[in-house]
Amino acid sequence: MLYINCPHCGMRSQNEFSYGGDASVKRPELNKELSDQEWDNFVYNRKSLRGKHLEFWQHISGCRQWIKVERDTATHEIFKTFKADEEVA
Amino acid sequence: MQKYSIFNLVKNAFSNHQNWDLAWKDPTPKEEYDVVIIGGGGHGLATAYYLAKEHNITKVAIIEKGWIGGGNVGRNTTIIRSNYMHDENGLFSEFGMDLWRKMSQDLNYNVMFSPRGIINLAHSDAQMNAYARRGNSMRLNGIDAVLLNREQVKEIIPMADFSDNVRFPIFGGLMQPSAGTARHDAVAWGYARQADSMGVDIIQNCEVIGFDVSAGKINGIRTSRGNIKAKKVGLCVAGSTNILAEKLNMTLPIETHLLQACVSEPIKPVLDNVVTFGAGHFYVSQSDKGEMVMGGDLDGYNSYAQRGNLPTLQHVLTEGIAMMPFLSKLKMLRTWGGIMDMSMDGSPIIDKTHIEGLYLNCGWCYGGFKATPASGWTFAHTIAQDRVHELNAGYSLNRFSTGHLIDEKGLGTKTWIS
Repeated sequence: MLYINCPHCGMRSQNEFSYGGDASVKRPELNKELSDQEWDNFVYNRKSLRGKHLEFWQHISGCRQWIKVERDTATHEIFKTFKADEEVA
Repeated sequence: MQKYSIFNLVKNAFSNHQNWDLAWKDPTPKEEYDVVIIGGGGHGLATAYYLAKEHNITKVAIIEKGWIGGGNVGRNTTIIRSNYMHDENGLFSEFGMDLWRKMSQDLNYNVMFSPRGIINLAHSDAQMNAYARRGNSMRLNGIDAVLLNREQVKEIIPMADFSDNVRFPIFGGLMQPSAGTARHDAVAWGYARQADSMGVDIIQNCEVIGFDVSAGKINGIRTSRGNIKAKKVGLCVAGSTNILAEKLNMTLPIETHLLQACVSEPIKPVLDNVVTFGAGHFYVSQSDKGEMVMGGDLDGYNSYAQRGNLPTLQHVLTEGIAMMPFLSKLKMLRTWGGIMDMSMDGSPIIDKTHIEGLYLNCGWCYGGFKATPASGWTFAHTIAQDRVHELNAGYSLNRFSTGHLIDEKGLGTKTWIS
């Protein structure tokens, strides 16, 4: 069982959350000329890192907020959690 | 190579089975190979076998970080089927079914292929319509499919929940009678033994740490046991695809996720077929030892852990108990997990890459085991001829750019969300 520290609600079990994928992916800016490659990178291509991975989760059975979680994909250790709009250094 | 036969079995009995040849050797890596296959799983071993058998390329090495057959080919639920709607998947898998039927003879190794049939249960009229459509598509591609009504399903699996008071009543199902199961380890060992006998070097405990690429062309690989030159390199590493892709500066439409399976204690024969729940993701069959073999959803988040987490197992087994209530009486014997190369449309990739001499085989999602022979056969063709075969032409890497996705189950880009 993973325990995720929701920045809004505190420590909760993973049962309350749903996963939202890689949080380091940035949506291309609107009104900018884009190549197919850039869209591909946004929509499909993922690094899927082994080790420290920044990812989105939604506290779906809690405050329903999206949050960012820094987690190790090999050990499942969670290092830190952030609000969705918080900048991650 | 010593043939496995009743005569050799009797002959070796006189020496207490102490003098059998080793099934495969343990060679030290040579300096150079024509083809290096990275990944000694089912697909990698099959690729090497078909390179030797179909294309007469025997200066081949399989490079495996751990031991052969220790990854997903040893961790799956052994289901073999070709019940796909789309042509790309259907024709590819049905070609594989033919290879499965001949495999034990072909490899001189009993892979215990058991075509016991698979039944996908339907729980609504809409789902019955969808199954009728898929069944018709299958039959147009020469794959056997039978649409069963509720009574027919009840006759085959009376132990499923047919009471009136259930959340997901069984309306019927789609059956592929020629689908089935096989002994997963035997598949890996059978391919390994034959490949080895034809001159393929199976190199275990050898980790790939880098690639030697110059002027857009692959020249070799760097491993924990030294550098190896190679004219061609094939990647067959399932859940580790992204790790190796990073060393090649490639980003792929693949994420690595965790998939669990489990078996119950062994019980007397109760279930003849493979059965899948239609209102969620759960499947079950009974092994020859009597264990109920079960699996279902991904754990749901990127993972390289190769071991699962309880909430998902609980969720999956809840579906199982909804489908077949007697399962709740069984004790769990073992659970385990493997790491899946989940592609963004749920279909695999077998293709060339932008690097000359580098070939990619990945994205098998939930369905890697049954694809083992067809994947190896087409990947060997792609490597040997330096062009894709028509069977794997749809499994291209650039389909994500061109929009030719093969979204068999309509799961779209987030295969783990279903």
